[in-house]
Amino acid sequence: MTWSQMQPLLAQGTLDTLYMVLWSTVATVICGLPLGILLVLTDKGGLLQNTPVNKAVGAVVNIGRSLPFIILLIALIPFTTAVVGTFIGPTAMIVPLAVGATPFFARLVQTAVREVDHGLVEAVQSMGGSIPTIIRKVLLPQALPSIVAAVTTTVIVLVGYSAMAGAVGGEGLGSKAVTYGFQRFETEFMLVTVVILIALVTAVQLIGDGVVRLLARRGRTD
Amino acid sequence: MITTTGLTKVYQSRGRDISALDGVDLHVREGEVFGVIGRSGAGKSSLIRCVNLLERPTSGSVVVDGTDLTALAGRGHRAGRELRRARSRIGMVFQHFNLLSSRTVQDNVELPLEILGMSGAERSRRSLELLDLVGLADRARAYPAQLSGGQKQRVGIARALAGDPRVLLSDEATSALDPETTRSVLRLLRDLNRELGLTVLLITHEMDVVKTVCDSAALMHRGRIVESGTVSELLATPGSELARELFPVTGDASGPDRTVLDVTFHGDAATRPVISQLSRTYNIDISILGAAMDTVGGRQIGRMRIELPGDYEANVVPVGFLREQGLQVDVVDDDAPAAAPPRSDGTPGAALVKETVK
Repeated sequence: MTWSQMQPLLAQGTLDTLYMVLWSTVATVICGLPLGILLVLTDKGGLLQNTPVNKAVGAVVNIGRSLPFIILLIALIPFTTAVVGTFIGPTAMIVPLAVGATPFFARLVQTAVREVDHGLVEAVQSMGGSIPTIIRKVLLPQALPSIVAAVTTTVIVLVGYSAMAGAVGGEGLGSKAVTYGFQRFETEFMLVTVVILIALVTAVQLIGDGVVRLLARRGRTD
Repeated sequence: MITTTGLTKVYQSRGRDISALDGVDLHVREGEVFGVIGRSGAGKSSLIRCVNLLERPTSGSVVVDGTDLTALAGRGHRAGRELRRARSRIGMVFQHFNLLSSRTVQDNVELPLEILGMSGAERSRRSLELLDLVGLADRARAYPAQLSGGQKQRVGIARALAGDPRVLLSDEATSALDPETTRSVLRLLRDLNRELGLTVLLITHEMDVVKTVCDSAALMHRGRIVESGTVSELLATPGSELARELFPVTGDASGPDRTVLDVTFHGDAATRPVISQLSRTYNIDISILGAAMDTVGGRQIGRMRIELPGDYEANVVPVGFLREQGLQVDVVDDDAPAAAPPRSDGTPGAALVKETVK
């Protein structure tokens, strides 16, 4: 396989991967952020202490996290078909990717939000702040650097998941690597996809770290 | 201004009940600085948190500025709209400042104004005004991490004043600060109290804080208030532990056959040169072993330990003279020199041990 033959395949694969990762990240953040906050609020000593809800959400999150992604991918086929109309292609893959990453992300958010000093919550309560105010003005802004770091980690996990999704009807670099690199014994092709994946992950990590540093600088002396 | 009646707070810890407040009746008059002092674990923190209902008392009532907060509390864990409204009229400052590190100084002061729903332009005008009041107008754009401890607490005070409160609660506000900074923060509180007519309730474990700013004080021990009153009322109370701690005097007799007296000055007698009158009238030599005096409102108050020659029998007349002048005189027993007799409820005499900063 020549480089000119590889190029269009790799370009298409990269675009598909970026597409899947981008939208599944958006969906994961939309679902995982409230879940993570809910876990903190309903915890013992939390603002909305509610043990049954906390236990139930915690259990769902744990089950979601312990299922191997490849199994989740297959198990979700009926659900994906119901949502998207098909279970094949990059758009369909967004569903299992988001479902797989949400519990993981929710736990990271929980850890980040739990670290916020309770004194700050108390201060805002003493000003007459309501719970939505506390979430909006204290918990989220104070935990933002950690949440951004959590998003970075989640994007990287999703890059990995999306490659796996390639094996089960997805598109993207993973699928291309399986089809050409593995099934047609094109070792060079396989190597190049791996290099692209490494570059993607590195880029995501660097960008994420940069943003975290930018946000954290506010709190430091200059 | 602040009245608590029969306040109790019971925590459940591993199936056991722990009583943090055991029937606290507190009365803080309008416009005064009231200090609650006690050791850690005495219940001070629970008390101040119960005043704005950050912690809900198990029983009893809290009335602040004519509003019964305990009645507003409603049921459940969450604070209803009315209670939140009432809280916004009570400022609070904290030991560890509790400023949001993600916001600038000015934005921190604007936070309570945002909660009150004030418009952007008005918020920034008001917040700069408040920062000016605490002497930090030039640091408006700094982040809390760039400030010293004293400056952070000034921001905390500016923030607490944002909602135009009539009451300020101070939870060990100076305990994380060095002595110099402590004095300047206390001076600020005192000025605000005078200029804005702000009623201040502060809790502390430092006697110096009470001495520097408080008009009245209460001593807490095991969830109860064991002594309470204005500084001169406390001085006038025989055997008052707070008075002894506020105006500590020490010193032992210089030899046998001496009479050691603790003389407490308060009220009118404090303005007259009683000691020199005593010396001249009875032609006796008086040694001053120790004294702790303060000028409050232009009057000298405090305590002095003096020594007269001869045993007590020989000094009955001079002691009588001092009492006639309206002074309170306690004869110090040689066997129990500086420390006071133990209290009946088991409080040790030297009750107020300095805590280290957490």
